[in-house]
Amino acid sequence: MTIEAVAVSKPSAGIVNVKTLKIAEAFAIPILALIASGVIFSIFLFVLGKSPVQFFSLIWKGGFGSGFSIQQSLQRSAPLILTGLAFAVPAQIGLTIIGAEGALVLGGFAAAAIAIPLVTVAIPPFLTLPLMALAAIIAGGFWIGLTGWLKHYRGVNETIASLLLSYIAIAIMNFFVEGALRDPASANKPSTMPIGDSYMIGTMPGTNVQWGFAAGIALAILLQILMTRTTFGFAARMTGGNARAAQAQGLPVGFLVVACCAIAGACAGLAGFFEVAAIHGQANASLVAGYGFTGILVAFLARQNPVAVIPVAILFGAIDAAGGLIQRRMGMPDATVLVLQGIIFVVLLTSDTLYGRFAIFQPKATGDRT
Amino acid sequence: MTETALATVLIAMLGGAIRVSTPFMFVALGECLTEKSGRINLGLEGNLVLGAMVAYAVSYLSGNPWLGVLAAGGSGLCLGAMHGYICKLPKVNDIAVGIAMMSFGIGVAFFFGKPFIQPTAPRLTSIPLGDWTGSTTLAQALQVNPLFFIGIALAFAMSWAFSNTRWGLIVRMTGDSAASARAMGVSVDLVRFLATSAGGFLAGIGGAFLSLYYPGSWNEGLSSGQGLMAVALVIFARWDPIRCIWAALLFGAAGALGPSLQAVGITQGYYFFNAAPYILTLFIMIASARSKAAVRDVPGELSITK
Repeated sequence: MTIEAVAVSKPSAGIVNVKTLKIAEAFAIPILALIASGVIFSIFLFVLGKSPVQFFSLIWKGGFGSGFSIQQSLQRSAPLILTGLAFAVPAQIGLTIIGAEGALVLGGFAAAAIAIPLVTVAIPPFLTLPLMALAAIIAGGFWIGLTGWLKHYRGVNETIASLLLSYIAIAIMNFFVEGALRDPASANKPSTMPIGDSYMIGTMPGTNVQWGFAAGIALAILLQILMTRTTFGFAARMTGGNARAAQAQGLPVGFLVVACCAIAGACAGLAGFFEVAAIHGQANASLVAGYGFTGILVAFLARQNPVAVIPVAILFGAIDAAGGLIQRRMGMPDATVLVLQGIIFVVLLTSDTLYGRFAIFQPKATGDRT
Repeated sequence: MTETALATVLIAMLGGAIRVSTPFMFVALGECLTEKSGRINLGLEGNLVLGAMVAYAVSYLSGNPWLGVLAAGGSGLCLGAMHGYICKLPKVNDIAVGIAMMSFGIGVAFFFGKPFIQPTAPRLTSIPLGDWTGSTTLAQALQVNPLFFIGIALAFAMSWAFSNTRWGLIVRMTGDSAASARAMGVSVDLVRFLATSAGGFLAGIGGAFLSLYYPGSWNEGLSSGQGLMAVALVIFARWDPIRCIWAALLFGAAGALGPSLQAVGITQGYYFFNAAPYILTLFIMIASARSKAAVRDVPGELSITK
């Protein structure tokens, strides 16, 4: 039975059907778009004289084919989950924040910076790591929270402000990393002092996956509950729907805006902490890896739904993880996966236009359709 | 700082500003045109990187750098047209599509650009404007690329066209009020599609400057976010093509400050000068967010300023 048929035959069947329809739509359209981007990419490969079948089987193998590759995929998805959340949460209150990159960098830098004195006086890791995480959360939360504050109290557009603040954050890190906090041993690539192997956070027991993945899952579930099951989340989503109405109802709109932004920044900052404590061991230019921007697209594909961010991030982590295998086996440049990702992003975002096309009882579009 | 050191810094900044500002100028003019029509394209970074790659490749294969510039514009045009076409579909978010186009453009550029990292392509030659000064440093600083002048001429042409031609009026009207444009029988989607494509073309040329003149080679770390910052630049210039030139020169000078301070032995602290344009733009946004004079300049249909 098609979606239209359900909607037509049981107009009075009520909320339940509408809800299931929406969920079905939210699954069907992205899957359709994924298939479409696969087809487009296959044509691309075909034109280049490469085998699409081999390519996609390698993606499967490199992403999910063995225990090792699954762990690689999960490992790489960790920062994407967190930066995806950093976009998804403010999106619920109607804000388009694209500055997670800066919050991640600043969070990672704050973690590495606070670790220097702690490691020097040999505070044990079980105290140091939480303090580093806290520093990262505060730094990131403050940075995006500032964007929210500027938006609500000064009327500054949050999209551009967060982009600008992102560049300022990177400059702040560079300033310290190349100056006051530079480790003299880091000759070619200015970095802060390494926190040392004994302070690295390590992997989850029995796996090669960093703790950032567990933190991402836990946060995604927590934020899902916060946004859908609490008064805070309800008020935030109501503000996202109509800020003026929310204000008229006496909701603390300013607080909600700043809080949602601070939560977003905390997620991105935490991603920075895990980059430092689980991967790099120090803050340097490697933190500016574009996770913040990929996170935006991850959140869009998850339709701003915190829990849905997880599978999307894992998918992109897997594509990323399979890059090396494709490079070796097919003799194609590592940028191949970038092309595939780019095509998926563009097609999936284009598929947004399909929402609501399959049901008859949609309100007629009014005003401009830009 | 002694006087000679100051002179060295100033001359290096002047030369740097002229060199570094050209790509800024082209992406800013492209973005300005797109935004004037009421749409925002955050994907110009992709156009810039792809343009740089295509220009270098075409220049290497054909031996003619100007052919490379044209091809770069063409590649930017394709990306811009894609953005313009996708965004005219209902319910599609132009900001997100821009970021997706950025990652697509960069991916394509890296993919096809691998074989061109090694070889040396013929580069654009510059016009020596400083030979009369008799000073080698000044002559060095005044080696100006023709694209710089093309950019300036273009800015004046755009500024004139916006206020004096039928096409300029149509673009501005579409950007200010889609409803009135429609009432006048103008196809809003078509105007925005064309404006985004043309904007993409200009951004591609900005990329050609990067790979064919300064820094002057193709590699994957070529662009340092000039394409993304175009958006900030246009806000800074308050949607005026002439002011875009000044803004680009300012951004270029700020970017050139670091290396020129290094030349006289100051190696620290210049990261804040690099960030200065962004801080300045932010302050301008804060100051003008609620002022009536600023509202007058903003295209009314622009999603980011509503």
